[in-house]
Amino acid sequence: MKKYTATQKIGLALVLMIVGVTLVGLFYTPYDPNKMNGLSKNMAPCLEHPFGTDNFGRDILSRVMDGAKTTFIIASATVLIGAVVGTIIGAITGYFGGVVDECLMRFNDVVASIPSILLALLVVSILGVGKYKIIVALGIIFIPSFARVTRSEFVAQRQLDYVKNARLMGASHLRIIFLHIMPNTLPILLPSLAIGFNNAVLAEASMSYLGLGVQPPDPSLGRMLSDAQSFLMTAPWYCLAPGFTIILTVLGFSLLVER
Amino acid sequence: MKKKHSRIVLAALCLVSSIALTACSGDKKNETKTEGNNSETNISQQEPTDGGTVVVGIQQDIDSLDPHKAVAAGTSEILFNIYEGLVKPDQEGNLTDAVASKHEISTDGKTYTFTLRDGIKFHDGKLVTVDDIVYSVKRSAGLLDKEDSSIVVKSALQNISEVKATDDKTVQVSLKTPDTELLGYMTFAIIPAGYEKCDTAPIGTGPFKFVSYTAGQNIVVEKNNEYWGKKAYLDKVTFKVVPKAETAMNELAAGSIDIYPYLTVDQAAQLEKQFNIQVGNMNLVQALFLNNAAKPFDNQKVREAICYAIDRQAVLDLVAGGKGTIIGSGVFSGFTKYFNEDLVSYYNKDTQKAKALLAEAGYPNGFEFTITVPSNYQYHVDTAQILVDQLSEIGVTAKIKTVEWAAWLSDTYSAREYEATVVGLDAKLAGSDLLSRYVSTANNNFINFNNKEYDEIFAKAVATTNDEEKVTYYKQLQKILTENAASAYIADPPLMVALNKKLGGYTFYPVYVQDMASVYFTK
Repeated sequence: MKKYTATQKIGLALVLMIVGVTLVGLFYTPYDPNKMNGLSKNMAPCLEHPFGTDNFGRDILSRVMDGAKTTFIIASATVLIGAVVGTIIGAITGYFGGVVDECLMRFNDVVASIPSILLALLVVSILGVGKYKIIVALGIIFIPSFARVTRSEFVAQRQLDYVKNARLMGASHLRIIFLHIMPNTLPILLPSLAIGFNNAVLAEASMSYLGLGVQPPDPSLGRMLSDAQSFLMTAPWYCLAPGFTIILTVLGFSLLVER
Repeated sequence: MKKKHSRIVLAALCLVSSIALTACSGDKKNETKTEGNNSETNISQQEPTDGGTVVVGIQQDIDSLDPHKAVAAGTSEILFNIYEGLVKPDQEGNLTDAVASKHEISTDGKTYTFTLRDGIKFHDGKLVTVDDIVYSVKRSAGLLDKEDSSIVVKSALQNISEVKATDDKTVQVSLKTPDTELLGYMTFAIIPAGYEKCDTAPIGTGPFKFVSYTAGQNIVVEKNNEYWGKKAYLDKVTFKVVPKAETAMNELAAGSIDIYPYLTVDQAAQLEKQFNIQVGNMNLVQALFLNNAAKPFDNQKVREAICYAIDRQAVLDLVAGGKGTIIGSGVFSGFTKYFNEDLVSYYNKDTQKAKALLAEAGYPNGFEFTITVPSNYQYHVDTAQILVDQLSEIGVTAKIKTVEWAAWLSDTYSAREYEATVVGLDAKLAGSDLLSRYVSTANNNFINFNNKEYDEIFAKAVATTNDEEKVTYYKQLQKILTENAASAYIADPPLMVALNKKLGGYTFYPVYVQDMASVYFTK
């Protein structure tokens, strides 16, 4: 069980690669990601620009590194919001049951029943567009799924003997929730974190693609894909770089948590 | 099982990487860019034929079929084929008589007299009468007894005080205050008197008759065989709504769209093998408009610094493939009569001077501001990105905020809550149209320009009936705008149209018009 399977190894390698490139991008990019150069517009991949340049002559590799950073920050923060709030809601409802459970979970259902992009649009229209505002918008969208996962696990666990035992020993509800049951939900929670991260990457991409997320000229993977769209025929390398980064990231995380 | 799984994944990865490699090697040839706009000469030699149907791709759905209610430029350019005004613009920007066969302007600029064209008919076969003209003028000028709030009355037309038919051939329009340029607004549609169904079943006098309209899909028109003027060549034209440029590109490639205006440079490059690409002017004043009432742009030195920091040719090179015309003030070059050429090179890029001006104004280390751009206009968003880059050279940090068009109209244009914005302004065929918005009291003075001298000269310009004087005044006004650095004027963007290679006769107008009557199939 502890040993990694072959697929997990590939996933791990991919994740490490992407994370590595992104970490490097925090401190160093070959060119200024926003520096335009009229003389090197739409250049195909070559030695100076391994991923080519875009329609403003900006280096695509640098923009992918910078954009991946933005995308991953947004995705991580989103998942963090979703996971923390979702887990707490799930834990409370699953553990106590009854009226609290009904109320919170029905509210949860309402949120989950609104199409996610629509809900994000609603939040964006209240908060305005911007790099960090969509974190809130996406975070809210991610709460219900985490709440559900945690709740079902808590419902199953609370009837087990070790919980009853802890109760008899006089442990407080909070102690039972967070110290006794929570660790036992980790095997379920961790994969959903990874899946959530994947979804968040895709969600950021689609929000920025719609022009609601990261504002130009700052790059993000989704933003770049959206910009690259009009150059599919004339400069196909433009969409390939951010596209593959998203594919490899999502693939990597999916493989890593697969059992 | 696990092994098999991993093999599939490996295979997928290999496949993915091989796609990436082939993509890298195969596209060197795209670097050479060719200009595909020399096709006009060989088109004119080909003979036009009658008949045929054409599909025109349009980017947005029309907002109303009622010509007096529609506001979008994208709508009026289509309705041009169905409706006509007393006068209509021709391709050189002159106003020619349409429903009227003759027009006269009194020397005091207060009375316009129009003579009805003999035997001109509406699409339903009825003859046009002076009553129809009086009704249409009243409706467009908001003078009908029964008010309809959805009719958009242009502010210039609010000047009309009275319309009456003096006999069964002549209509007299009287104005409150003299305006010698109202003719440019007399292009509003003439519709049957009392006709209420314009928004579902439009009836006009134009070269094409309305057939059908499906919201969000298309609008179909057919040839008007009883048209008074030169009849259209084509039997039927479908304007197909294709909101996404990428979809339009696919449809063009598949041949289901014959004409597609408003191409980007890269789309044009992509289509030039399959289509004729014709290049005209957008007839827009594109600028980085600065809110003269907002800090720090209330300081003229700061505005001048911004003007000196911008390299307009570089903007055109990056967004428009070097096409388009640089402008230096508030009038685009297509208005040859009024365009003040001397101002084009008033501000040339000079980073040192810009920095010195900033220091004088008290911003030696630059400042930060936000450029609000309507997100549906990729051209303006792209321009803004380049400006951000150029402004960073003088230490000014600009941030871009993209907003929806509706939000732009309400917050930026109407409420004037912004610091700077990139947008293009279009105009009617009247010199005053572009320049009236800088009068300090004008309700569309969205940059809050406030200059006494300007207001005085503008009043004189509108009042005079002497054409030469008028031109001089308008050139002076442009000079004031430039000297005061009212905004950082950039260019008139190029307009590129993809045309099926079998088609000819497409003409560019200095106003928003898609004239289908001149388009024909060649033999």
